[in-house]
Amino acid sequence: MNDSESSSPTPLLEVSDLKTYFRTERGTVKAVDGVSFSLQRGQSLGIVGESGSGKTVLSRSIMGLLGRNNLIREGSIKFNGQELMGLSVKEMRSIWGQEMSMIFQDPMTSLNPVMKIGRQIAEPLMLHLGMNKSEARLTAEKLLTDVRIPEPQRRLNQYPHELSGGMRQRVMIAIALACGPTLLFADEPTTALDVTVQAEILHLINEQRVDRNMSLILVTHNIGVVAGNTDVIAVMYGGKIVEKAPTKTLFSSYKMPYTEALMRSIPKLRQASHTRLATIPGRPPDMVNPPLGCNFAPRCAYARPKCLVEEPELTVTENPEHVYACFYPVGSPEYHERKLELSQRVDSLSTGGQN
Amino acid sequence: MAGTGKAHLRNSPDVLLSVNDLVVEFPVARTGLKVNAVSGISFDVIKGETLGIVGESGCGKSTTGRAIMQLPAPTSGSIDFNGQELTTLSKDDMRDARTKIQMIFQDPISSLNPRRKVRDIVLEPLLVWKRGTQEERDILVNKILEDVGIDPQRAAESYPHQFSGGQCQRISIARSLVLDPQMIICDEPVSALDVSVQAQVINLLEDLKAKYGLTLIFIAHDLAVVKSISDRVLVMYLGKMCELASSDDLYARPRHPYTNILVDSIPEPDPEVIYAPTAVMGEPPSPINPPAGCRFNPRCPNVQDRCRVEEPEMREIAPAHFVACHNPLTY
Repeated sequence: MNDSESSSPTPLLEVSDLKTYFRTERGTVKAVDGVSFSLQRGQSLGIVGESGSGKTVLSRSIMGLLGRNNLIREGSIKFNGQELMGLSVKEMRSIWGQEMSMIFQDPMTSLNPVMKIGRQIAEPLMLHLGMNKSEARLTAEKLLTDVRIPEPQRRLNQYPHELSGGMRQRVMIAIALACGPTLLFADEPTTALDVTVQAEILHLINEQRVDRNMSLILVTHNIGVVAGNTDVIAVMYGGKIVEKAPTKTLFSSYKMPYTEALMRSIPKLRQASHTRLATIPGRPPDMVNPPLGCNFAPRCAYARPKCLVEEPELTVTENPEHVYACFYPVGSPEYHERKLELSQRVDSLSTGGQN
Repeated sequence: MAGTGKAHLRNSPDVLLSVNDLVVEFPVARTGLKVNAVSGISFDVIKGETLGIVGESGCGKSTTGRAIMQLPAPTSGSIDFNGQELTTLSKDDMRDARTKIQMIFQDPISSLNPRRKVRDIVLEPLLVWKRGTQEERDILVNKILEDVGIDPQRAAESYPHQFSGGQCQRISIARSLVLDPQMIICDEPVSALDVSVQAQVINLLEDLKAKYGLTLIFIAHDLAVVKSISDRVLVMYLGKMCELASSDDLYARPRHPYTNILVDSIPEPDPEVIYAPTAVMGEPPSPINPPAGCRFNPRCPNVQDRCRVEEPEMREIAPAHFVACHNPLTY
């Protein structure tokens, strides 16, 4: 939760210009198109974006979980100084589980329905850590206690269908933690759960991250979920990171008009009921034929001719941790000028039903 | 919570829908047991109002919405719509009544026939009910499509899969509007949509409500969305009512411990808001064998002995603010 990332020199994970394309009948889908970031040990990064922004493909691409057919993957992924790009599945196996692991969205389908919980947790312990059956079982019991499952001994002998959704997600977390990874991916870990259960699961993930000094990459569409649970947030749009900043900075001084639009379109509890929500016109870009310039330009209220032809690079603000990709960011003279024009136009339209 | 009672019903000539003691039970195959999906719910909706119904999965909120439409008919209870008792209507009369109450669903893509053109989907209710001449129908369908923000020309040529999720939800809304209904029951209409599109659909519903003089029942699990669109909110838990109040009042001063936990659990998109949700003990019990007394008692932080035996009734704790709890929060 605190911003203590600047001290440590070599990052745990360093992703440089990662591209992940899929060949399809319609053409090449540029799901992830040149993403770079680094993550320190113990740090937590939130990746937010709407569906199709490439956030899930990015996390799977880093972990090497995408099938090899019709996949184009370029760039560099350095984990603990080791280059992961180009490793075979066999080589990746020594990294999965022990170094990196993932909690998936749907705890119903991610567990094997015909295998008891105990065996599903013990299996990676025996395979990766070479434990014998009784050691693995004891460790599994301890893991279930760690993720606060009541009566762990009884649960070990149950099948997934005997557990509730929240309990299953706890089992998924126990499996992901089993071999002591240093980097944990959580891909929409609470989207399938009720809000009260979501709160408990988020708390649990964060608590385990701190206890085990793990790094966390939390992928979600819900800005609320990352707000209280991450050190740094990266906003993705059209396969690219369009803004990245320490969590508090991002919320207090976002630069990218997309981030602004996203924040303003969420209904907030603090607002009175029937408060008109800001909307983003149009829809996300087609990743087979992304726009020429900035991916967001066709939907951006502040776009100018330059935005439609030239792609903005990630620019650093006064805060070196805060980067954004925009020619006319929030707060720039051009932004204010356009904002004034827009408000005048709204005034002259009086109070129409337009967005 | 998990209460019954009718103290919150209003005696106003403007009441459009009045639901009394609604019970919906589903048999569990081969066991003789039953799922108590909805166990004695009463509420009313005034013309032009938006009533939000919130609760976690399994609380019976969708079942309540469907029971109003008699899909399926409730086990017991009465549903009075505009002076007409829906539960005793013949099949034909109920079909007729359904033109006045329409429904839109969570998954906009699967609720549209994939093999029919979008304009025909919106037009069909008018053909079924033989409304107007062909020319009148064309004018109406084009107008409604434009009102929901779909190009009628494109709708005439395209199939649902050629539209995005948000656009398909707009098409569903258009279809629900063509018969000029008085009430629309929206069952999680924005849950499957991205936030930017969700805001568009919420704003659209607000606009159409004003334009067509609609009354809405808005069922959702997202409390912030429900607050945004509703005038009053009903909180449900395991087939019972917990609390009913105006949305601003409910969120500012939740009286029921469950409502309080729900409101606390929402991660606010603001890192300055310290996220410290109240711990709830465990998860909801099975509706096959619900707890005695207040149904929330096994998880309630304020539980007392009385809660385990006696079911609380809805009572007015502040003006127009009703709660079913023996030991509500005070402010």
